[in-house]
Amino acid sequence: MTVFKYGDDINTDLLFPGRYTYTCGKAEEILPHLLEDLDKDFASKVKPGDMILAGKNFGCGSSREQPALGLKAVGISAVVAKSFARIFFRAATNQGLLLVECPAAVDAYAPGDEVVLDLGKGQITVGGRAYAFPPLPPEMLAIRDAGGLLPYARQRLKATRGQ
Amino acid sequence: MGKTFAEKVLAKKAGLDDVVPGQIVTVRPDHLLMHDNTSAIVSKVAEDLKTYGLVNPDLPVIAIDHVVPAVDEKTALGHAKIREFVKAYGVKHFFDVGDGVCHQIVVEKGLALPGQLVLGSDSHTCTYGALNAFSTGIDRTEAAVLLLTGETWLRVPETIKVVLSGCFPRGVMGKDLVLRIIGDIGADGANYMAVEFHGDLSAVPQDDRFTIANMGIEMGAKIAAFPVDGATEAYLAAHAPGAAYEPIWADGDAAYCRVLTYDLSKLEPLVAKPHTVDNVAPVSEVKGLPIQQAYLGTCTNGRLSDLQVAAAILKGKHIAPGVRLLVIPASRGIFQAALADGTIATLVDAGAMVGPPGCGPCLGAHQGLLAPGERCISSSNRNFQGRMGSKDAEVFLGSPLTVAASALTGLLTDPRDEI
Ligand code: SF4
Repeated sequence: MTVFKYGDDINTDLLFPGRYTYTCGKAEEILPHLLEDLDKDFASKVKPGDMILAGKNFGCGSSREQPALGLKAVGISAVVAKSFARIFFRAATNQGLLLVECPAAVDAYAPGDEVVLDLGKGQITVGGRAYAFPPLPPEMLAIRDAGGLLPYARQRLKATRGQ
Repeated sequence: MGKTFAEKVLAKKAGLDDVVPGQIVTVRPDHLLMHDNTSAIVSKVAEDLKTYGLVNPDLPVIAIDHVVPAVDEKTALGHAKIREFVKAYGVKHFFDVGDGVCHQIVVEKGLALPGQLVLGSDSHTCTYGALNAFSTGIDRTEAAVLLLTGETWLRVPETIKVVLSGCFPRGVMGKDLVLRIIGDIGADGANYMAVEFHGDLSAVPQDDRFTIANMGIEMGAKIAAFPVDGATEAYLAAHAPGAAYEPIWADGDAAYCRVLTYDLSKLEPLVAKPHTVDNVAPVSEVKGLPIQQAYLGTCTNGRLSDLQVAAAILKGKHIAPGVRLLVIPASRGIFQAALADGTIATLVDAGAMVGPPGCGPCLGAHQGLLAPGERCISSSNRNFQGRMGSKDAEVFLGSPLTVAASALTGLLTDPRDEI
């Protein structure tokens, strides 16, 4: 598993440039441009199960959801950051992408450290040292457990409107 | 204990007596804004829409504004799909190519009123806080589900109180105030929070309030809200005549997580330097840097008063050789008013190019992108690396006055030197 580490205020233009935002919406269109202006090797290097570590305010800027959709589609297992911008936080939850807010774990990481997430325990281990993170509110867990907002909403629509 | 604006609106919309920060509530927004991303949003739930229908034809407000007129076949197809959706589902509030930037249209057409809740699949949906609406951005998937259910969840935010006093000095506008605040608290200084503006607001014109609320997201805020006063009422009387609304405002003893105070008379013209909005400095610190492009427009500063103050600087003069001045009125209404009062003629005579109402190059799609090594002074709200063309270009954000003064000299210029 590779850990990609980035700094503070990684904005949506760096994650997915605005110039593609109205022509690329599907995962296969998004992937070649993912993180293009931040880390041009990311798209070719990333493998399912990899993780991103970042500083504060990850995902700030536009409401475009391609960063969240793209990171989920390439199989990023979690983004661990000091904090997330609020629209990105919703967008990621709605795509079923796991976000973990844990400043201490981000600070502790040194290249080469093994990073292990234990969702059940609410704990992240970085190079053998464990850090706790707060659990998601139940509303968001329900969305993630359903695989994202669309499947979640479909389940509920089916139940309430019986189609 | 008193309640904040956010607590009051969300309690009302959730049908609860009382809510507290951190609580998650289920709400039904009054309107849902979408723009060019409508085709992508609708395609996520095309089949579900056939089964369940559009929850309410009055809910969506759709404006095609981001890449207008269409730049290529793919964009044109996206626009065509939006028109099909509008027709098939009887969407009531639709604005086609050339009508203007979505956020300007929403306020101009009375689609965000005091005390209302408006969500939008665009981060600058927070603009309508200037009209006392609780309005904020969401992603495309959430917008898609709202079309089906009309319902979503929101977390009740903590609130920062900003208390204003005094009047703007010569050469200083609302843009400089909001840049000052973002510079002070940082791009995430209000993350997940609401921002309320208090104090003496009589010297802050309605257009400046739109600019300030618009950039709430640049400090991470969920909303940036103003109370209703004479300026709001005058705006609503002109743009939403006869509309019924219920203003909501914070109690005097509401609890805030932070209080900031600003004396407007102490402010000076500012810029945000590349490549983050919180990289704020006085114009005087960077003045003299050559520019190749000056951009006046966007949902932040493409309003009539913005065009007028720029025209006042440029009247009877000509922009510097080698500079491209791009003017894009934020709506057709603004364009017409600026044509009628001679503002457009003044700007064109001074060397400006005028583009059709819309987002223009703001998001880097077309109409005035930058080459590597170029520098632009822009009245927009974001200077992220690569946002307006080459990632090796530099975008400085400033007020319409700073944009006009810099276009005139070809160098980043303190507007106080030119008025
Ligand atoms: S003008 Fe710029 S910031 Fe405003 S809605 Fe358009 S692209 Fe977004």
